[in-house]
Amino acid sequence: MNRFTLIWRNLWRKPIRTVFTMLAVLVVFFLFTVLEGLRIALSLSDVGIEAQERLLTSHKVSLIMMLPAAYQSRIARLPGVAAVSHGTWFGGRYQDNPEFAQYPVVAEEYLALNPEIKLSSAQRQAWLANRGGAIVGRPVASQYGWEVGDRVPLRSSIWTRNNGSNVWEFDIEGIFDDTDAGMNAGVVLFHYDYFDEARAFGKGTVGWYVSKGDGSMPIENLMASIDAEFENSPAETKTNTEAAFAQEYAQQFGNIGLIVTLILSAVVFMILLVTGHTMAQSVRERIHEMGVLKTLGFTSGSIFRLTVLEGLLLILPVGILAMALGRAALAFVSGAMGAMFPAGLHVGTQSVVLGLALMLAVSLGSVLPPVIRALKLDIVALLRTA
Amino acid sequence: MFGWLTQTAALAALNLRSLPRRPGAAAVAMSGIAALTGVFAGVLSMASGFEKTMEGSGQEDVALVLRSGSTAELNSRFSSEQADVIRYAPGIVRDAAGEPRVSSELFWIVNAVGKSSGTEANVALRGIQPAGYALRKGYRLAEGREFTPGRFELIAGRGARNQFAGLEPGQMIRFGKTEWLVTGVFEAGGSVFESELWCDVNVLQSAYQLGSGFQVVRAQVDGAAGRARLEEALDGDQRLAVDVWSEEQFYSEQAEDTTALIRVIGIPISVLMAIGAIFATLNAMYASIAARARELATLRALGFGSLPAALATLLESVALALLGGVLGCAIAWLALNGFQASTLASSFSQVVFNFAVTPDLLAQGVTAALVVGLVGGVFPAVRAAMAPVTVALREL
Repeated sequence: MNRFTLIWRNLWRKPIRTVFTMLAVLVVFFLFTVLEGLRIALSLSDVGIEAQERLLTSHKVSLIMMLPAAYQSRIARLPGVAAVSHGTWFGGRYQDNPEFAQYPVVAEEYLALNPEIKLSSAQRQAWLANRGGAIVGRPVASQYGWEVGDRVPLRSSIWTRNNGSNVWEFDIEGIFDDTDAGMNAGVVLFHYDYFDEARAFGKGTVGWYVSKGDGSMPIENLMASIDAEFENSPAETKTNTEAAFAQEYAQQFGNIGLIVTLILSAVVFMILLVTGHTMAQSVRERIHEMGVLKTLGFTSGSIFRLTVLEGLLLILPVGILAMALGRAALAFVSGAMGAMFPAGLHVGTQSVVLGLALMLAVSLGSVLPPVIRALKLDIVALLRTA
Repeated sequence: MFGWLTQTAALAALNLRSLPRRPGAAAVAMSGIAALTGVFAGVLSMASGFEKTMEGSGQEDVALVLRSGSTAELNSRFSSEQADVIRYAPGIVRDAAGEPRVSSELFWIVNAVGKSSGTEANVALRGIQPAGYALRKGYRLAEGREFTPGRFELIAGRGARNQFAGLEPGQMIRFGKTEWLVTGVFEAGGSVFESELWCDVNVLQSAYQLGSGFQVVRAQVDGAAGRARLEEALDGDQRLAVDVWSEEQFYSEQAEDTTALIRVIGIPISVLMAIGAIFATLNAMYASIAARARELATLRALGFGSLPAALATLLESVALALLGGVLGCAIAWLALNGFQASTLASSFSQVVFNFAVTPDLLAQGVTAALVVGLVGGVFPAVRAAMAPVTVALREL
């Protein structure tokens, strides 16, 4: 009988207790992983590098106000600007699903500015050739079951067509992957010319400008110079990086996310406390036995190692399994709700490390104090405890 | 024949009286259940608070006219001529002077800085006409004075004033190129309007070059019959393409998206937590029985039956769950009831609301706790009843 057998037998001496402790740990770390994924997605803090370098210029009063299309050439002329394009919120929904992102854009310009949009060149050519064509981010296409060649109707809550209808139809010419998890991840892109001609009002305006610097000046100066260009004009602007814009938008849902996080930390803490207490109790119940082991010649050190290893064995494998299950659940949800979570639901290294640290804290925190206290006693005192 | 009943009572009393002497196990079972009910009540109080604010906003006898197909005021638009056609349509209540009780309004969004977040948020700036005040139930000026028509002045809803910076009466606040004087603070019965800023609609049109049009017409109607007459008249008018809403229905539909999201996230989490709490309770109860195995065996050797032993154990578990449930609810109520928060609603503007830990939620929370206590106690109870007396007595 080697050491491991001893640990294993000890672990299962009260099988019911062990099973329930493991199940509680499974639930807690599953919840922990899922909630971390949600928290990260809701904070929109996970955007990639492209979004940190691109600038977004919107109307200063609020995002709902439109900017003149003529601003494009004025931004393009500013020193330090390498490229500029624009987008507009379309506010469409497919059937009875919730509203998601679609932008009318100038195709070649927009694709050049957003290299994270990976589209095959055949699909790209097809889209450029079709005025009523659109390309779709993969998460949305898979949620709604759209394929290249489909004609899909989108009902806009904002834009009416010349004929008075709110329903716009587009031919899906391409499905793209997005490597940046930014504002293009789950979007429908279609041609601005087609949109501008067909809309009943607001012609000649756009929602926002996207631009990129040529690296000749710091990004802060570039943002200031764009806003200065339109100061005192009828439509003043506010420029920020795309990443900062996304985060500011997420802040608007703000304190709710924070409250949920607080409540749930309290819960995870409490349930871990419960589990920890049970583990500590099972160590205390065994103090007598430690005396027996010592009599048999086990050193304090080896009893210590046996007990600590048993504590880790109880928590870690189940905890890690729970986190894996949590990730699988997140992947499933983001697949089924691609339009809502286009960037997907992920937990990063940080969350995994935090989860592992919690597991270590609960197993060591509950096992160490009683073991250390017990091993300070001599054999006679140990054996005397019932 | 009542033997087992008295036995159960005696054992249960013994169990409960000895609880303070084993505080660890009791506290552990209770705190797990308290966490469960606390979160359950806490998360759902957010949904119920938001719902209460939204649903308290609409009135049955107020009709909302929006451009056909618009599901939010923000997306609606019509010309001043169209607004005039609606104003004098049948079905609308008129005042003593014969003027229709109508307010043609603009619903605009401006950026204000949130006090707690420090970042910009979308706040609704609503342009109203004089009849607009009376169309809101419970409207009351709480501080300062109302805005003067024709001036760049506004009044702030109480919720907006609390959540966003720079909205104290007497302060100037700049939205884009225009600077506004905050003249007062109003209340509107805790409704969504308290999240808004109100100004003169004509001033708003000129401030942001919005033309002479409007986005929404609010009209007092003579109940559902009056609304139906209004709807019929507007449907038949070639100059218009509009939808007529009952204000009550409009706001309850607006509430749905947000509350559905909170519930879709909150309920599965609560269920998972309940499962976690059941395991924790099971463990605590098994431990409590294991610790008292000899005591229980002794009692049974003295003549107490298996059924009373089982029932007493179950009662202990339920009593602990009840205590935990009440504790969790009390914490949720003390910490969260009335807590003010704001979120971006489907109107694309911030809605300020108070968490509402309602009696309903408290009852549901305690019920959930009892279920956990029952499920978590039943197996240990069986164990307590089945353990062979001789073995248990011999155990150390």
